[in-house]
Amino acid sequence: MAPAATLLAADEPDGVVLQADGDWLVATAAEIDRTLGALNLPQGRPVKIDLARVERLDTAGAWLVLRTEHELAGRGNTVTITNLRPSLKPLLDQVRATGHVEPLPHPVPAHHSLIGFVARIGEVTLLILRRGYRILGFAGLVAETLAGLCLHPSRLRRAATLVQMERSGLDAMPITGLLSFLIGVVIAYQGADQLRRFGAEIYNVNLLGVGVLRELGVLMASIVIAGRSGSAFTAEIGTMEVNEEIDALRTLGLDPIEVLVVPRLLGLVFTLPLIVFFVDFMGLLGGALMCWAVLDINFQQFINQLQTSVSGWTLWVGVIKAPFFAAIIAMVGCYEGFNVTRSAESVGRLTTQAVVEAIFLVIVADAVFSVAFSVLRI
Amino acid sequence: MTQTASDIVIRVKGLVNRFGSQTVHDGIDLEVRRGEVIGIVGGSGTGKSVLLRTIVGLNRPAAGSIEVLGQDMLNAATAERRAVERRWGVLFQDGALFSSLTVAQNIEVPIKEHCRMPARLMDEIAATKVGLVRLPESAADKFPSQLSGGMRKRAGLARALALDPEIVFLDEPTAGLDPIAAADFDHLIRDLKGSLDLTVFMVTHDLDSLFAICDRVAVLVDKKIRVDTLEAHLRDDHPWIHSYFHGPRGRAALAAEARREGAGAMADRA
Repeated sequence: MAPAATLLAADEPDGVVLQADGDWLVATAAEIDRTLGALNLPQGRPVKIDLARVERLDTAGAWLVLRTEHELAGRGNTVTITNLRPSLKPLLDQVRATGHVEPLPHPVPAHHSLIGFVARIGEVTLLILRRGYRILGFAGLVAETLAGLCLHPSRLRRAATLVQMERSGLDAMPITGLLSFLIGVVIAYQGADQLRRFGAEIYNVNLLGVGVLRELGVLMASIVIAGRSGSAFTAEIGTMEVNEEIDALRTLGLDPIEVLVVPRLLGLVFTLPLIVFFVDFMGLLGGALMCWAVLDINFQQFINQLQTSVSGWTLWVGVIKAPFFAAIIAMVGCYEGFNVTRSAESVGRLTTQAVVEAIFLVIVADAVFSVAFSVLRI
Repeated sequence: MTQTASDIVIRVKGLVNRFGSQTVHDGIDLEVRRGEVIGIVGGSGTGKSVLLRTIVGLNRPAAGSIEVLGQDMLNAATAERRAVERRWGVLFQDGALFSSLTVAQNIEVPIKEHCRMPARLMDEIAATKVGLVRLPESAADKFPSQLSGGMRKRAGLARALALDPEIVFLDEPTAGLDPIAAADFDHLIRDLKGSLDLTVFMVTHDLDSLFAICDRVAVLVDKKIRVDTLEAHLRDDHPWIHSYFHGPRGRAALAAEARREGAGAMADRA
């Protein structure tokens, strides 16, 4: 049987009687609330709330009884609660003891107004600037530690660095290689479609060579590594922060930057150029395969055309950028890891943030390199 | 008091729990009576929390049966399980509050799910629950990360009580609290149990809690369970049970309880 509650108001000579009936529970609270809202009791008359027929009462029901009492008393009615079953009395007393609590009003989010919106833009801008400033500060701290390590090279953690090289370099080869191969295929296919109209199929090789070697290889590798290793750095260091492991390191007299950041940074700086080299190769391989399949350019022709279209510099322009991008990724990943507060939720948030920031900064840096190379006429 | 079927709210029979090759529970029988506070104790790794999680359906046992409020929980249809689930509340160790919601919103989650009511009334009920667990009014609008450990537990209790359940499961409610906060929490549970007609199933390590509020104590030893009153456990000569209750901490808690009772008796006489 579903619980049901009713409330009847009767006007009697010595005052109004509110006759409550049934189950006053959280399940029936909405119904009772509606009935109570519809009641229109005369002001100043005594009111008797008769609970004789209330079978069951829970905190929601007790709250409604007490709220009614409170509201009526506020309007100048004298209120008495009668015939409460003894077994229900402790509950009513308990709820009464918590006092009459009005819920706090829900604050309206500030950015819902025009001024709030403008203010929010300002706040976010300041936040971004502040964050940039802090990352720069962190980079300085790491640079200082690196300088110290140059003076005492024996303190470099070689084993940890090698482990990081394996994890963020060697282990990343299958995924970066496969993706690059596929990108090579896609570019060659799209290029072939366009260039065939002009009978300039052979220039597809130029497109591939310059595109993959100068830009796409290094960008692709960096973006995949930012998603793979940058996020791992934040999550690893962040989890250590949650477990107070970083604090433990400090109390043991170890420098977290030296122990955690430097191996990750060096590991990535050493391996990303190698990955870029591998990625370039795989991209060209995919492109060559597509040229042969779609345009009937065999490998010999492909190599010959490649040699006329690109110089050694084309390759180096791509590879040179890799250590810088690696430094950005490692720096941002580790920095956000240290920002984790002692909650698991912040690990997730900051990991996402680290990946977004790293990719953003890598592309900004790539644009800076493009401008610099064009000024230097490389 | 005579025992009728409806007096037993939780009935566990022949429960076996295994993780890999390790057997945690090997044939546990437990009956929890309506309106009592039962404390579950045991050494680390004896599966106190596992027992709680198994009863509330978070862990499927290898064998055995579990009946809650007359419903066979392991073979019940989803709708039947849901019906029982809204009649119990669970307080996890650190409150397990949803971190993206305020305390009031946390309390409103089960209400929203099970009842249809105007937002204003829901806010009022949430505010009442906040008062009921003796949190300050201002706590309602705070996020869990802004609360202390003790306040998070109170907020978790408020959420567990949102639908006025018949049974509350408490997983180490006083762990991590300072002694004063722990004693306050014990009082709170005892008061609420009295006024809300609760049956309390409490996993605990806290001897003071056991002495202060538990009617019966279930001890997990040797993969089995021994349920009895505290007085009977005190006479038990099983080595673990003996050293648990008669170790220095057990003796201190016992002495404190005796003092409290003595003071109470004197107050009664006065």
